[in-house]
Amino acid sequence: MKIHEYQAKELLAAAGAAIPQHIVVRSGAEAAAAFDVLSNGGGVVVKAQVYAGGRGAGQLLDYPDKLGGVKFCPTRELTQAVAEAMLRHRLRTRQTGPEGVPIRTLIVQADAQPDREYYLAMVLDRAAGLPLLMACAEGGMEIEEIAARHPEKILKTYVAPETGLLPFQARRLAYELGFTPAQVPQVENILHALARVFLQKDATLAEINPLALTRNGQIVVLDAKIDFDDNALFRHPDIAALRDVQEENPLEIRAAQAHLNYIQLDGTIGCLVNGAGLAMATMDIIKYYGGQPANFLDVGGSVTPEGAIEAFRIILSDAKVRGILVNVFGGIARCDLIAEALVQAGREVGFRVPVVVRLEGTNAEKARQILAEAANELPTLKTAADLAAAAQLVVELSR
Amino acid sequence: MSILVDATTRVICQGITGKAGTFHTDQCLLYGTQFVGGVTPGRGGTTWRGPQSGKELPVFNTVAEAVRQTGATASMVFVPPAGAADAIMEAADAGITLIVAITEGIPVLDMVRVKRFLTSKPQVRLIGPNCPGIITPGQCKIGIMPGYIHTPCAPGQAGVGVISRSGTLTYEAVFQLTRLGLPQSTCVGIGGDPVPGTTQVELLELFNNDPGTSAILLIGEIGGDAEERAAAYAAQHVRKPLAAFIAGQTAPPGRRMGHAGAIISGSSGGAASKIAALTQAGFEVAATPAEMGLAVQRALSRQR
Repeated sequence: MKIHEYQAKELLAAAGAAIPQHIVVRSGAEAAAAFDVLSNGGGVVVKAQVYAGGRGAGQLLDYPDKLGGVKFCPTRELTQAVAEAMLRHRLRTRQTGPEGVPIRTLIVQADAQPDREYYLAMVLDRAAGLPLLMACAEGGMEIEEIAARHPEKILKTYVAPETGLLPFQARRLAYELGFTPAQVPQVENILHALARVFLQKDATLAEINPLALTRNGQIVVLDAKIDFDDNALFRHPDIAALRDVQEENPLEIRAAQAHLNYIQLDGTIGCLVNGAGLAMATMDIIKYYGGQPANFLDVGGSVTPEGAIEAFRIILSDAKVRGILVNVFGGIARCDLIAEALVQAGREVGFRVPVVVRLEGTNAEKARQILAEAANELPTLKTAADLAAAAQLVVELSR
Repeated sequence: MSILVDATTRVICQGITGKAGTFHTDQCLLYGTQFVGGVTPGRGGTTWRGPQSGKELPVFNTVAEAVRQTGATASMVFVPPAGAADAIMEAADAGITLIVAITEGIPVLDMVRVKRFLTSKPQVRLIGPNCPGIITPGQCKIGIMPGYIHTPCAPGQAGVGVISRSGTLTYEAVFQLTRLGLPQSTCVGIGGDPVPGTTQVELLELFNNDPGTSAILLIGEIGGDAEERAAAYAAQHVRKPLAAFIAGQTAPPGRRMGHAGAIISGSSGGAASKIAALTQAGFEVAATPAEMGLAVQRALSRQR
């Protein structure tokens, strides 16, 4: 689960990290009022709160001037104008796709006057099976490039969950980043806060980029991003409550409510598959035969009529869909029952596009019979003997 | 021959009185697995009865007691996510040496703690979590896979060893092998989570040393670098015919494709680098999921 920048910074602040003051606003007038509180004779920074990264280098769509999702504003008037522009126009970044995303929430942040920027992050190192704390004296936007070109510049230390980040680990990282003895305690506080939030709240990624050394010698978290383990939300109601459903795809939310695992993609061929690995592989074979998948959809190990009906409704509410491939391997789940569920779904939902079904496994013969009997009633329903034939057929019918 | 499990393996189920635990223990019994008991705290002293098989098994409050009373060496874990990590550690502590964790949705930091706990117990092997389980066809099935799609090896015959991160995609692969007349020695689902108990590399080593395994099929997916590690290990150590398929070539970065482990982050974890590494290491890589069985066949014939 993702959260907004301001929520991430507030979690870190609650764990002991220093952050610049900010106010969450949802209108130009609120932004202007926040300027009065935070400008302190200087300016403020207006920052769009969206889940996508790359906000600073992004661009507001249908906006005449160069303006992304982060802007320093020296005056009250500009603060209001920038806030209004951001709330009116969609923001496109390298992570949003060409259509961009709407901006519903902003923060107005006190100008921290950063002098130097650093990078801190905690991730799960899968191979080691341990959380890994990483730090780099060159923070800012090009951290991926540094990681690729100068991996030696990234300092690393593993954190054992049973002990947490040990004092010497934080101290050593702070010194190796080049901080002065007077600055080190401030950095230690932030490192401990980062590790505490990661371990105590079941994060999968916690990133501070940049960590800023300000002109007056303070060290603050200027931007932060935290992702949480969906599987652990059951024990963190406080984190689950931070979910901003408006930032998520409505079809994906609807699917989750029906216990379907759905991710919308850009193509034209809908997929309905049981099992995540087989669902990914089904998308791959569509592409192999020249089509583009419209979605990832895993209905789970078994297929119920209710699940199938909702799955078809969700796939068909994507206007781009011109064909659907159903690929089910019936193991413990019997193919004949799955076929009946598909026919029932066809009756309820109505198949406006070609639906190619490939069922294999337990009682597959009986299933093919059931589908053949429904052929008159559901003229767009086709069956295929094997996976390759099914993929080729659905690609052809969707052209 | 086979790896890890055979007809003599004595198995218990943790969570045997739950709906899934009951159903799948029963299915395993029908396949012929030697189940000897079950564990559900609070239900010790009662008798579990398989709805279809009609077989009865004693239920214990603790794994330690189950091991003492039954001599079990393997456990199938069906405990829900919040208690699953604890159940795995309980089994390891009680002397179970093969733990097969089927449970999906265990928090990843719980698995980090489990892995730390298991480092002090080198004799214990954990398969999973979030996996279909392990099967030696015709002998022992510990898990949720449909048994009948598998083909046992004839006496003295060697078969294909299967290593996979997913469930139904594995069934698909096994089904293809069976159709091509290729029996399987053992099929292991290592699970779709970021921190699995057993890695591809460990299973490559076991299959490589098993005279009953003639070829190895590795079914990987996007996320992490386990396949790259497996490729590096295979290039160095494995002399048997190798085939592979990687799912998720069309998955967009940053999105979790069902499995918590299937996520491409930054520039790592993508399918292209995995396929390149496996190809270079001598694997026959199937271009589509419809050709996994054919890829094994090609690998076998290339060797001759």
